[in-house]
Amino acid sequence: MIYVTRRAEFSASHFYHNPNLSPEENRRIFGKCNNPHGHGHNYMLEVTVAGAINPATGMVVDLKELKTILDREVLQLMDHRFLNEEVPVFRTEIPTTENIAVEIWRLLSSKLAFGRLHRIRLYETPDLYVDYFGE
Amino acid sequence: MMVYLTRRYRFSASHRLHNDALDGEANARMYGKCDSVFGHGHNYVLEVTVKGPIDRETGMVFDLAALDGIVRQEVLDLLDHTNLNLDVPNFSSRVPTTEIVCVEIYGLLEDRIRGGGPLHAAGLARVRLEETNSNFFEYEGEPSVKEGN
Repeated sequence: MIYVTRRAEFSASHFYHNPNLSPEENRRIFGKCNNPHGHGHNYMLEVTVAGAINPATGMVVDLKELKTILDREVLQLMDHRFLNEEVPVFRTEIPTTENIAVEIWRLLSSKLAFGRLHRIRLYETPDLYVDYFGE
Repeated sequence: MMVYLTRRYRFSASHRLHNDALDGEANARMYGKCDSVFGHGHNYVLEVTVKGPIDRETGMVFDLAALDGIVRQEVLDLLDHTNLNLDVPNFSSRVPTTEIVCVEIYGLLEDRIRGGGPLHAAGLARVRLEETNSNFFEYEGEPSVKEGN
């Protein structure tokens, strides 16, 4: 089993707010992330695919195809977007890094024609990242 | 659903690798320049990984401000800008190799993170300690302990 990881960067804005909570509770829980005008990050996404090496090509995945799928399924949806307003799932879910990572897993897991999606790692900043293994 | 959240922290400290139970020659052979009597320093990078389900109300695995507070109280206040051998009682009888510092940090954080955070379902998954850009150490606790989580 070999693990192949492809990186992709996207930039987006978001804010954290739970409409079921009072404004005071939202401010207490989310702090400056609760600013309704949003704020932005350069997200770094790592997509790891697991599979066997194809003897005909010496490769686990077609990296060009993986890049195309990433562009189509994730970057076109999220890059240079205000996640709360422009990405439908985040009208009802809070676009925390945790929820974005799980959503990216959902977007990709059924689209790969090769290998098996192993891990989504999403960096919100160089000092903060989330891993999701589909468990 | 299990999601892993990792946060990076930094601290600077000095140490000397020297085992009093061994003679000077054995120490020199074992630890090389790390045995230098005055010690030497590193900029350590600490990665703390917390695992748990996503809390429905907040969309989060763990409250980051709370995590920062726990790591500052338990680890950074203890280790940053110290001589690990001389200033930190935890290493008074143990050689502060990065392996041992890494396991010690895991022990300092484990109970505070499990049940101590605002999101009670979360637990400590891993401590990773980078001594330099070229070497790092990871500890995930003992399997029997992890299964009990």
